[in-house]
Amino acid sequence: MLLDPSLPQFWSDLVQVLLIGTGQTLYMVGISLLITIIVGLPLGIVLVGTEPGGLFESPFGSRRLGRVVNRVLDFVVNLGRSVPFIILMVALIPFTRLVVGTFIGPTAAIVPLAVVAIPFFARMVEIAIKEVDTGLIEAAESLGATRWQIVSKVLVPEALSPMILGLSTTVTSIINFSAMVGTVAGGGLGDVAVRYGYQRYSTIHMVAVIIVIFVIVMVLQGLATMLAKRFAHRSRPTRAEKTAPALRASAVTGA
Amino acid sequence: MASGGPATYFVTVIWPAALRLTHSESLRYKAARTLRTTVISVQHVSKTFRSGGTVTAALQDVSLEVAEGEIFGVIGQSGAGKSTLIRAVNLLERPDSGTVTVDGDQLTALSPADLRRARRKIGMVFQHFNLLAGRTVRGNVELGLEIIGVDGDARRRRALEILDLVGLADKAGAYPAELSGGQKQRVGIARALAGSPKVLLSDEATSALDPETTRSILDLVKTINTDLGLTVLLITHEMDVVKRICDSAALIEGGRIVEQGRIVSLISTAGSRLAHELFPLGAVPSLPGDTVIDITFSGGSADRPVIAQLARTYGLDVSILGAAIETIGGNQAGRTRLALPGSAAGNAAPISDLRSQGMLVEIVGE
Ligand SMILES: Nc1ncnc2c1ncn2[C@@H]1O[C@H](COP(=O)(O)OP(=O)(O)O)[C@@H](O)[C@H]1O
Ligand SMILES: [Mg+2]
Repeated sequence: MLLDPSLPQFWSDLVQVLLIGTGQTLYMVGISLLITIIVGLPLGIVLVGTEPGGLFESPFGSRRLGRVVNRVLDFVVNLGRSVPFIILMVALIPFTRLVVGTFIGPTAAIVPLAVVAIPFFARMVEIAIKEVDTGLIEAAESLGATRWQIVSKVLVPEALSPMILGLSTTVTSIINFSAMVGTVAGGGLGDVAVRYGYQRYSTIHMVAVIIVIFVIVMVLQGLATMLAKRFAHRSRPTRAEKTAPALRASAVTGA
Repeated sequence: MASGGPATYFVTVIWPAALRLTHSESLRYKAARTLRTTVISVQHVSKTFRSGGTVTAALQDVSLEVAEGEIFGVIGQSGAGKSTLIRAVNLLERPDSGTVTVDGDQLTALSPADLRRARRKIGMVFQHFNLLAGRTVRGNVELGLEIIGVDGDARRRRALEILDLVGLADKAGAYPAELSGGQKQRVGIARALAGSPKVLLSDEATSALDPETTRSILDLVKTINTDLGLTVLLITHEMDVVKRICDSAALIEGGRIVEQGRIVSLISTAGSRLAHELFPLGAVPSLPGDTVIDITFSGGSADRPVIAQLARTYGLDVSILGAAIETIGGNQAGRTRLALPGSAAGNAAPISDLRSQGMLVEIVGE
């Protein structure tokens, strides 16, 4: 059945379809992003830490274990990043079914999305943490810091800004892949584009989907850039910082 | 910024009170100075680096003793092993062999957890400051206190107190990127001091700073040393640093300590290279028919009219070839190079006269 834009219900229908699609996309992307951070952040930290000379070079006193963990994780991350998403998605169907109970719908889509995003983000975390000056680690060590304190008080806070930018790149690709998931498993804006734009030749639906996705990506990237700047503290001081240093200090440490 | 607030209270009431030593404390402090209790003891430490195909013996059987309350400077050229040595003192670099003892704890024998506890007694400042860019000045100073589990309010008070000591109370809310090099190093010093350490290690703390800032930082270190009785071990490649604040010094070359001692005694040690470096007189000119002598004087002999006396008593035509005079540890000390007419044998009488007055006389040319 072709859609007729001159009918009054076309537009109300479009809005409803877009709202549902956007909601599903945000749900898929949001949950998989959460999982990605929860798994990818420690993974990235372990990847850097288990390198020779790293903080976790010899976990439980075994240098060998450290090397093995590093090699294995590095391999898994490379594998996860090199398999094309469409193949990964299909290959993961049995696993998805095991976890979610089905491989259709937005919830099922979260599994392949998280699986593809975790190694991607872990690499970003790895790169960001490698950029942290080893002198800072030594300073913390000289103050008697434990390894955990070094991670939580030095490595993560000091790498926050590049990690946020990395997260922004990650979320963009999750959105990208979420549209692809839609065509296979159903749900989200990708599904809207295929069912209405492609199968029923509605250019208006297609354009609307593109606009909504574009807006989501722009908003997220703008947010990330803003946050990254806020945490960098490398740029010249803003007027607020100059005029109210004490106020700022209490705001920062009060958090 | 905090007029009338808790910071002011600390600055005007608590801090001065904390600085005031009780009579018995000051006696103990003086006794410690005269007994020279060893606070840092490095014994037979060696460290070899192997990277790729190259093997570097960075430290070779190095032994060092730093007495309580003194400022001990290790001087040497780039690559001599200075950083490796100071990093061995808090075990940032674990030596291959030998022992390191700080304030009674033999660090080289401690478990990782005990080592972390022992490190709280050892503050360290770095050439490149190593401040956390994402924390304010106060946040940086609080880092060590967070690590040892001091709670928020006490932490904040202590940080402000120490920032006041280093002259940065008004920068508590600034970020390191907004500070000058000298200010950054003050933050580094404040961070090291926040946990009330027994000793302070300084790895070329002033090498990234201009001469004027260097002087102000050195003066701060000296103030901390005298006011808090903190023992300081510093490394440097600049003789000026040693001249300005050190009580003792060691010269390191190719991973070995070639000379060490209190500066007052080094000055009166014949052939001391550190003394020569402290008072550089340049190359000895060749003057046929003359005897060239270097006179090193310190303490009481410094203000005696030596040359006039020589001329008067022995009728000598003394020429001054060079002189280097410094104030070291509050005393005038220096070296003068003189040319006396005639051979060394001919000048035996005036030379032994000078020696009997407590001056070190070296015959450097004939
Ligand atoms: N981590 C390291 N790996 C390999 N060689 C090192 C390392 N650290 C220092 N060295 C070498 O040890 C020697 C002494 O270095 P260092 O203690 O940094 O000297 P300094 O501080 O006096 O300039 C140098 O030859 C240096 O190249
Ligand atoms: Mg060095």
